[in-house]
Amino acid sequence: MAVAASIAGEERSVQARMASPSRFGDKAFEWLTLAMALAVVVLIILIGWQLWIGSSVAIKKFGFHFLVTSTWDPVAEQFGALPFIYGTLVSSLIALLIAVPLGIATAAYLTELAPLWIRQPLTSLIEMLAAIPSVILGLWGIFVMIPWLRDYPFPWLKRLFGWTPFFSGPIYGPCMLAGGIIIAVMILPIITSVSREILRSVPDLQREAAYGLGATRWEATRIAVLSYAKKGLFGAVILGLGRALGETMAVTMVIGNTPQIAASLFKPGYTLASVLANEFTEATTDMYLQALFEIGLVLFGITILVNLLAQLLLRTIATTSATRAVQ
Amino acid sequence: MKTKRSGNYTWRKIKSALASAIAFISAVLVIAPLGLVFFHLVVNGASSLNWDFFTKLPAPVGAVGGGMANAIVGSLELLALAGAIGIPIGVLGGVYLAEYGSARINSVLRFLADVLNGVPSITWGVVVYGMVVLRFKGFSTYAGGLALGLIMIPLILRTTEEVILLVPNGYREAALALGVSRWKTIVHIVMKTASKGIITGILLALARVGGETAPLLFTAFGNRFWNHSLSQPIAALPLQIFTYAISPYDDWHRQAWAGALVLVTGVFCVNILVRILTRGHTASVV
Amino acid sequence: MDHLVMETPERTVMERMEQGTAPPPEAETPAACTFEVKNLSIWYGEKRAIDNVTLGVASNAVTAIIGPSGCGKSTFLRALNRMHELTPRTRMEGTVLLNGDDLYSSTTDPAIVRRRVGMIFQKSNPFPTMTIGENVVIGLRLNGVRNQKFLNERLEKSLRMAALWDEVKDDLHKPGTSLSGGQQQRLCIARALAVEPEVILMDEPCSALDPIATAKIEELIHELKAKYTIVTVTHNMQQAGRISDYTAFMYLGRLIEFGPTTKIFTNPTEKQTEDYITGRFG
Repeated sequence: MAVAASIAGEERSVQARMASPSRFGDKAFEWLTLAMALAVVVLIILIGWQLWIGSSVAIKKFGFHFLVTSTWDPVAEQFGALPFIYGTLVSSLIALLIAVPLGIATAAYLTELAPLWIRQPLTSLIEMLAAIPSVILGLWGIFVMIPWLRDYPFPWLKRLFGWTPFFSGPIYGPCMLAGGIIIAVMILPIITSVSREILRSVPDLQREAAYGLGATRWEATRIAVLSYAKKGLFGAVILGLGRALGETMAVTMVIGNTPQIAASLFKPGYTLASVLANEFTEATTDMYLQALFEIGLVLFGITILVNLLAQLLLRTIATTSATRAVQ
Repeated sequence: MKTKRSGNYTWRKIKSALASAIAFISAVLVIAPLGLVFFHLVVNGASSLNWDFFTKLPAPVGAVGGGMANAIVGSLELLALAGAIGIPIGVLGGVYLAEYGSARINSVLRFLADVLNGVPSITWGVVVYGMVVLRFKGFSTYAGGLALGLIMIPLILRTTEEVILLVPNGYREAALALGVSRWKTIVHIVMKTASKGIITGILLALARVGGETAPLLFTAFGNRFWNHSLSQPIAALPLQIFTYAISPYDDWHRQAWAGALVLVTGVFCVNILVRILTRGHTASVV
Repeated sequence: MDHLVMETPERTVMERMEQGTAPPPEAETPAACTFEVKNLSIWYGEKRAIDNVTLGVASNAVTAIIGPSGCGKSTFLRALNRMHELTPRTRMEGTVLLNGDDLYSSTTDPAIVRRRVGMIFQKSNPFPTMTIGENVVIGLRLNGVRNQKFLNERLEKSLRMAALWDEVKDDLHKPGTSLSGGQQQRLCIARALAVEPEVILMDEPCSALDPIATAKIEELIHELKAKYTIVTVTHNMQQAGRISDYTAFMYLGRLIEFGPTTKIFTNPTEKQTEDYITGRFG
């Protein structure tokens, strides 16, 4: 019995040295992390609210006309955002026309067609491209891309397609087409990497079934993989569109910054994001600032809708890599 | 594919090879800008990089020389401020999603974080302008840091959540079975185990906002001189590059290239560091 | 995981249970009990994982819980230190007394329960960011013990008790994960012993180990029972026969039979027990 008593004594000494657990600590930490997580809700509301109160007078004054008129005259306090909306949509569309085929083809190359040893390095390079800051791409756009475009591809396009309204008129250099091209470079990494994820999540069974029927590599890719992943790839494209619409620095540096609606892609344009970047600090009157806030609101509204759509499309397919097992 | 299998086979093989070739050319076109940009950065920027660039203030208009010392320091100051805001909120928020939140709350929060990640960075500039610059009557370091910090929150939140979910449940159970409280288990065991991944996410977020210009245009605003107070405008590398790039002076263009080379080198270094970190990470945790 | 997976039960057993014709297990309750479990039932959501189990766990002895996958043996074990509460939407009824203290009383903190009732898991899980030494004393540290001298004492003592000291005493600064599988499991035992629990629960502690490492752990279990009460879950019946003094056979969340291991293995009262022991099902 003496042994048992000494054990009991020792137990007390070890267990008694430990601090008594506090439920407060657990509760406090949970609430703290919850408060931080709710930041994402607060931020969304904050953006919407700040843009709304910043532009409420302009919204009242111009109403719907703001979106459909094209006079942008700060001196006369006439503000119509149509040229910027037009420029944003057209430049993003050009970007998608270039980036979607290239991005999806590259994603297919990375997951299906490329030799295995090349896949990882290539993926890393694409991630590096994504890491280049927008302003640096803009710098390169001004001093390298535009002079080259002006000297070689643009005249060639004009010779071939000059009879259409899209490629007519004089070639300046900075223009809608240059803006679209630079945006394409900016969104290529995201379209490629999201598409790659989508294609990777296509079950191998799909490929095996196609190969089992005697399909060539391309046929298997086209029939079994690409068509299977159609919806996800569409999500990737929409996500790219969301980024394209909000792209600011690079496009501001090459698009020419002229608020006009012109058919020719060789003419300068202007986007919602660019006008904010260029004119915000120059807004001298209250109404001018109000109008710019409203531009911000329009841009936020468009991108949030596009992003919602993209997330919904991707959500249904996205395989959460880490769904935690219950136990 | 079903009927004329043998007859068309050669043509089909050719088609397949052709498709592979087109896909390969696409991949080359996608990464071509990376190579071209880097090439031109080195060619145009390296010659203007010298000791003065890192130690001197910008030269007055017309004068040759000068540097971007204030912009480099300014960028670091802004990043420190942004980190002070974005890191704690992002990391702890990610912890909530991974450790506490119910499936329904999580899917909403995750969704909103992804949507936030898609908000154009210039929008943050406008919002912070309204919140801080208008209210406190002036551009400031605070405003710039806040704008960058807010951008970091959803980025860090998502990566933190992901890496914490990768920590095997066995470690949580082992700690809880020792009578350790839940929050200490999370902080000392789970977050420590996932620390490499969390740091990776933070570094990537810093590299991302370190290259941001748009949110700084009307918050930090830029400054040709040293900044002596956080309530004053401050220079930042990307801002300075932008200002110089759209200026009409050749010397400023050279400075812009040099600044861009420095900025890209910094961003790439972080990316490479992250790659090295994650290599160890996948070996030890997953 | 396994207790969540219900196998398709044999019809006869099912029917007998539903009709209530299966006789209640006559547990030969040992004299001195560390745990007294009375009418314990546990639900995961709507699903009943443990059905009205009453059992006494003998002090300073090894009690083995056996039964086919999904019989609730793991859940039962986890109910002894309230680990099952980590699973969302669990509910329990009944009482569990540990040396007379109600583990589920409203004033009892689960953390205190877990300090008194240590646990070893199927897969060894030394913390990968910590050295061997840090792993052993982390329980004490995180529970607020700061005294370095005391921690060093506990470190050596726990490792000695886990029969690991001689193998690692010169490598205490190496990562815990650098050890072999069997050593890692003994490190986990040392980690559990460091907080000086009264009971050690083991959830299939050897199922991931090779035969030699298993033999060492079994030997260790034999030594530890001089000082601790041990409850272990195993699906290896030979192992249960080798290491345990008492055996409980569970099936479909019910305790079918409980008694001295020798009796359960040589002369079981219940037909189901016999069928299981002789490998006719499960």
